[in-house]
Parts: sequence; C-alpha cells; structure tokens
Amino acid sequence: MHIRRSEEEIAANRARYEEHQRQGLNATPKALPGKSEKPAPAIADDHIIHRETIPGGWYWSTRVKANEVLRISLDEGLSTLSLIAWNAADTTERLNLPDTVKVQWTTGLAKGRVIFSDMGRVMFSIVEDSCGAHDVLMGGSTASSNAKKYAGANGPALRNTRDNFVLLATKAGLDKRDIPAALALFAPVRVDADGKFLWKPELVSEGDYVDLRAEMDMIVGFSNCPHPLDPNPVYAPTAVTVTRVAAIEPAMDDLCRTATPEAVRGFENNAFVAL
Amino acid sequence: MTQFVQTSSSRTLNNTVQDHYIPAEAPFSTVVKKGQILRIEDSYGQQAIDTLFYNAKDFSERYSSQDTMREQGVAYISTGTKILSSEGRVMATMTADTCGRHDTSAGACSCESNTVRFGHGTKYLHACRDNFVIEVSKHGMSKRDVAPNINFFMNVPIASDATMTIVDGISAPGDYVELQAEMDVLMVISNCPQINNPCNGFDPTPIRVLVWNDER
Repeated sequence: MHIRRSEEEIAANRARYEEHQRQGLNATPKALPGKSEKPAPAIADDHIIHRETIPGGWYWSTRVKANEVLRISLDEGLSTLSLIAWNAADTTERLNLPDTVKVQWTTGLAKGRVIFSDMGRVMFSIVEDSCGAHDVLMGGSTASSNAKKYAGANGPALRNTRDNFVLLATKAGLDKRDIPAALALFAPVRVDADGKFLWKPELVSEGDYVDLRAEMDMIVGFSNCPHPLDPNPVYAPTAVTVTRVAAIEPAMDDLCRTATPEAVRGFENNAFVAL
Repeated sequence: MTQFVQTSSSRTLNNTVQDHYIPAEAPFSTVVKKGQILRIEDSYGQQAIDTLFYNAKDFSERYSSQDTMREQGVAYISTGTKILSSEGRVMATMTADTCGRHDTSAGACSCESNTVRFGHGTKYLHACRDNFVIEVSKHGMSKRDVAPNINFFMNVPIASDATMTIVDGISAPGDYVELQAEMDVLMVISNCPQINNPCNGFDPTPIRVLVWNDER
C-alpha cells in the first residue's frame, strides 16, 4: 500500500523548488552577459597547440586537457558543427544534454553557460560565444534524414553526422552505444508554443565563434554536416576551424564558474573528484 | 483505483497478456512483442514515468530522443509520435494519449544532477538513473546504455526564448498512453522517485502497465 507524503512535506519541497525556479528563470538570465564581440580576438601563435580545418561533411576528434580552450569558428561561411565528448579518464562519463538544459533552466546555451556530463560535473565552459544559437534537441543528420532532405541528389551517399560519430567513436576505442546526444553548434533552432522546431537564420552569420574551455581531460568529437533543419536545399557545408589553445588557469571570479548557483555546485563536484 | 477505459472493443482487463502494478519509486522492465499494444497508466495522476526502449534482439539499437524529435519536427511526445531508434527505425507508435503532453528533452533525474540542481544535500535520494542502471544491468547492460529517455506524463514546456522548466503535471488519475510495438522491444521504466520538483506532485505514486496481443 502506498503511503502518501504529508501535506507539510509536500509544501516544504514545493517552496524550495519554487525558490530555485525563480532564481533559474529570472535572476540568472538577467545576470549573464550578452554575445561576444566580433571579430574573434586573435590568438597568439605560441598559444596555439593545434589548428584543424574540418572540411564540410567530415569528422575530427581530439584529446583536450583541462583548462585548454577549443575555439570553433565559422571562418569560411555557414555550417553546423555537432559535438560529443567523453571524460578521457573514464569514458562512461560523457556529454549529457538533458541534464545540461534541465539544470540550467534553458535550452539556450550561450556565453556564461556550462555543459554538463552525466555525473553532475562540468565538461565545458562557454567562455565566449558570438551567436548563442545552438541546438541541443534535434542532434545531427543521419543517412535517412539526408536521403529525405536531398532527394534526387544521391542523398544516402552524402556524409552524415550519425555515421561520422560511429567512425570517430570506434577510432577512440568506443562504439555506437557510447555516442551521447549531440550538441549542434551554429544551429539556430528554437521551439514555438506547440513544440514545433523553427530555424532562425538571422541568429548566425559568417565569422561567428564559440570558445569552449575544457573543464576536465576529454576526448572530443566533431562532425561538420548540415543540420537537418538547415533550409539550404543543396548539400554544401563549408569548412569549420577548430583551434586548440594552451591552458590558462581561470581567475577566481571567472564568469562561467560563478554565474549561476548550478554552475557553482557543478564545479564543486569537479573539484571533489579531482582531490 | 480508477475505472478501466476501453480503447478497443477487443481489449479488456480480462484478456491482457501482461498486467503489472509498479510500486512508487521502483524500476521495471518487460519485453513487448511486435504488434502488441502497451498501455502505461498514471494511476494516481501527476506521476512522471521515465521510459527507455531497446530492440529486444539487439540492445545496441535503442530509443533515440534526438531522432524521434527530429523526424516529427516537434519537441513533445503525443498520439501519432513514432518512437525512433538510434538506427532511425520505428520501435513503437503512440496510438492513444489521454494526457496530451510528454517530455523527451529533460532526461532522467540522477543523484549527481540533483546535487547540481537542488543542492548537495539531495545527493542521497533515490533517483531514476539508479533505477535504470539496476534494471538494464539485469539484461547485461550498464550505465553507458542508459540513453536520454521519454518522460511520460512529465510537463516540461520549452518557451520561445529557449527557457525550460518542469511544471505541475497535467495528468489526472487513470490517464494513460498506448503504444503499439513495431519491433520486439525491451521496455525499461523508472517510476520516478523525484521529490524535489513537481514532476510527481512531490509525492511519487504507483503506476500500472498492461499489454495486449495484436488484434490486427
């Protein structure tokens, strides 16, 4: 027989939730900065560990160490770059977008926000972001979504994000079961009142960039394929540049580490595991 | 207990092939065969039912929230939704829904995410992810196999400015969803134990799962 909780306990838990909710929906968004200025500030040559130009349609993965920064930039035109990541020391810990959006009370990732693993720890800080227009819900393309979208253009033969992720996961010693839900950078997707997905092209333009600071040692995978909602009827992804920048220890008052109570607690979890 | 509602003249409480009462906060799993009709009942109302599906013949093929949302172009689950797998195949089709809105973007609660969301003091509370790990472990799987899930009867509106929040459930006692399996599926449920947000009305309750044979 189920024993109901007392009215007092329910009321106390509801009051606590509503306080978190007020903070998350009102106070936090007002305290966050806007978009980063364009053009992206130059990175000194001696800080660059590696620079990769990922051709349209292709994948790339890299190891990255804590406090290094990955700058992802649309230097050659518009494209969507899908991202997945694993903790290098324990690949069962991986990118978790449902947790990322739920705990931060928003699907709108932008400068000042963080990206969580499934273990309540921060994987990335979004330290710069000139557009704040990314998709956390729909993921990337697949062979069948390409076939449908590019009918008559040999759609199934076009490279897609699902297959790219299978390839890069396998080459990292993992397999398709390890592929988490993907973050699509530079994919201006929003949701209307009925839950329908909308593409907002005005939110992204050439030269946009995102700087992701790694908050743990990771394996990071990228796929550069058109987003399924991208209205361009021609399959024409342009190259995307990923620059791996040498680690700099964040300041005590670092924006992403202090902007929200959720991020503060996430970083406390990071610090505890690092002991 | 609420009155049983028939959605087909041929399906009654007397001819189910499975009928399970699932206690509050508990995990559960069962195999539903291709063609069978599955009903998940929110017996007391406002109870989130976290659910995953795996191809019963190959667990590496599993429910994919992103494929499901992408193909239907809508962020919520309701009647007509095709439940898609990581291979882009239809695992099940939702054929009835007396509630009207179900989430598949907010995932399952965990001890770890609870600490981030509600404070470190909530770490030692039972959570859906632990339910999922216990249940998939019975089938030879592990944490890495626990993918983003469906939250039946959980109300998580996403606003046009991208904000999202879990609000009071809109399901009444006895509300149900029905799905027809399009392949043999292992269904894994966590009857959500969360008491820190309104997804269970702050008071988790038992649920019921019924299965009938294909009438086609």
